[in-house]
Amino acid sequence: MARSKKGIPVINSAPMADIAFLLLIFFLVTTTIASDKGLSLLLPPKPDEENKPEIKIKERNMFKILLNSADRLLVEGEPMNDPGKIRKMVKEHVLNYGKDPNKSDSPKDAVISFKADRGTSYELYIKVLNSVQGAYYDMYADRAGVTNKKWRKIASDLGDPENRRIYDKARKDFPMAISIAEPSKIGGS
Amino acid sequence: MAKFRKKSKTSQEIPTASLPDIIFILLFFFMVTTVLRETTINVQQRVPAATELRKLQRKSLVSYLYLGRPKQSQWGTQPKIQANDVFIETKDIVRWVTQEKDKLSEVERDQITIALKVDKDVKMGLVSDVQLELREANARKLMYTTIQDMDY
Repeated sequence: MARSKKGIPVINSAPMADIAFLLLIFFLVTTTIASDKGLSLLLPPKPDEENKPEIKIKERNMFKILLNSADRLLVEGEPMNDPGKIRKMVKEHVLNYGKDPNKSDSPKDAVISFKADRGTSYELYIKVLNSVQGAYYDMYADRAGVTNKKWRKIASDLGDPENRRIYDKARKDFPMAISIAEPSKIGGS
Repeated sequence: MAKFRKKSKTSQEIPTASLPDIIFILLFFFMVTTVLRETTINVQQRVPAATELRKLQRKSLVSYLYLGRPKQSQWGTQPKIQANDVFIETKDIVRWVTQEKDKLSEVERDQITIALKVDKDVKMGLVSDVQLELREANARKLMYTTIQDMDY
């Protein structure tokens, strides 16, 4: 049983890297990174035909946004071009506390109402919804003393009791009242 | 200067034996993170960008609806709704939601989330028709899938 003097047999492992590279590139190309992120929204419950509740909202508490079929904006009666400006306006409206007679009484009463046309593009709708929700997230984040990004993380994960506590505290008497009306048919689609 | 011209006896080769290991680590990373697509999407999908994104926590509770113009002209040019692998009409949404709810366990049925993947050019008329049907089907949690806007 004399051992061969030539030493340990070696398998040439240089092509191994090539094979691994090939597999790697295959997976890189076929991968679709899961994009499960977006704007969340809770639809209102099914309307009850028998006893429709009559809700009266004071004119001053309403912040009206209208979108028409030509993708033009009408915010509080004024035509506007930049949906990004809505964010600041929403914040001023909600955090008015009765100072300006045209803006809300208190954050509790403030309602953001927006209505699209059947011909409005989805892109603009998302932009407006993004601005309005962003304004609310900013205000909640301020109340909770965190950044906007952190707030959204907290709000997405309410299973954690600590997150739940922060969330409930910031949202107390401060509802995110976004009312999205059924689109009108004027203007065609 | 002769001192510097002296040839070094050490090998100039970089050992490549560990290269496959590095590549394999990368490979396994991609294999693990890859989610293979289950459905073929037959409608155009250019989702809009937004900044205030929230993440979906539990993917098992999510069902997807795709809205957009069909990719092939044989299906027409008007935007359509795709659920799983087929095109459906707005009136079929209630039934589809019931089917999706049946897949979940009984305690989780109310927590179903519908992720709407809507193309930019779809008009709000179709989107709101879908939303009305979802309300009818009592699937009220919605998520408009968007991508992160990099401009902000």
